[in-house]
Amino acid sequence: MEYVLIVISAIFVNNIVLSQFLGICPFLGVSKKISTGIGMTGAVTFVMVIATIVTFFLQKAVLEPFGVGYLQTISFILVIASLVQLVEIILKKVSPPLYQALGVFLPLITTNCAILGVAIMTIQKDFNIVESVVFAAANAIGFGLALITFAGIREQLDLMDIPKGMKGTPIALVVAGLLALAFMGFAGIV
Amino acid sequence: MNQWSNFSKGFFKENAVFTLLLGMCPTLGVTSSAIDGLGMGLATTFVLVMSNLVVAVIKDFIPDKVRIPSFIVVIATFVTIVEMTMQAYVPALFDSLGLFIPLIVVNCLVLGRAEAFASKNKLGASVIDGLGMGLGFAMALTILGSVRELLGSGKLFGTIIYPENYGMLVFVLAPGAFIALGYLIAFINQVKKEA
Repeated sequence: MEYVLIVISAIFVNNIVLSQFLGICPFLGVSKKISTGIGMTGAVTFVMVIATIVTFFLQKAVLEPFGVGYLQTISFILVIASLVQLVEIILKKVSPPLYQALGVFLPLITTNCAILGVAIMTIQKDFNIVESVVFAAANAIGFGLALITFAGIREQLDLMDIPKGMKGTPIALVVAGLLALAFMGFAGIV
Repeated sequence: MNQWSNFSKGFFKENAVFTLLLGMCPTLGVTSSAIDGLGMGLATTFVLVMSNLVVAVIKDFIPDKVRIPSFIVVIATFVTIVEMTMQAYVPALFDSLGLFIPLIVVNCLVLGRAEAFASKNKLGASVIDGLGMGLGFAMALTILGSVRELLGSGKLFGTIIYPENYGMLVFVLAPGAFIALGYLIAFINQVKKEA
């Protein structure tokens, strides 16, 4: 039951993009087509879960016993950056088709604040390892849900007659605002 | 490029938020009031200036291949300094900015300037560039914060302008951030076209 609450809260109520404002750059950047949205979601899910597991053990096994909690920001971002490189190298060798699908998105992920944000949040919320993995996976699904829905709307938006000044980014932001408004309807179900 | 235009480009021509669309997460996340926006902007400015300074000094000693990780370590160091300083001296602001302070590390604006400007230019120019881009970012965040605070809760920097129950609550909540920024960018595009 506890896990169900974590999942529902992360996907709908506190959606990582639309209510926590993490991962806005890829949300606006790669949402022009549904297919790229799906690819990005795959890459984010993959890295987010692995990064959360690794940073969890880093925090519990290194930072806390040695009393160097202030190194959290530096060590987490280094771990994430090298992890992304590692995942890229391994994927290239082990599963070329998966690498083909996710490859272009992997380098972008280092500067995706959703990854670092979720890693820090799991520590702040004092989750155990199973809860952390569930939380990371649920947040990745929430990211995907927002991104793919948004991409679907933007594909339709190309066919619309939009005032000149609103074309491009402004209308995309307003649409994202309306989507966030829709997600606010989930508030209070958990 | 002379020093003045190097400094002033961050405010309008190459403004991080309104033109380049960099650093969108803190832009949307912390601007529910003008003072939060200003605090975030100044914290980012400090990190930007210091990391530009250090990167400009050490750029000749860093092998090209490990450039990006080295920049990230430099940036993360200054973010940690900001984090600890704010926690000690402005705990209220520290609490309301929350997660977004450590996330300055992954603000693409900071890494972007280190990579695109400080790693290619001299010390003085890099510091001025960092100061200009940082203050331009702070200005954008303060404007967005003011708009949202005024429309949402009837206040400006905490001063009551009109009674709060006439405000549109949605502007201090998440959807208002997207909508307010969307219309601000549309407005600025329009002004630019006419200028």
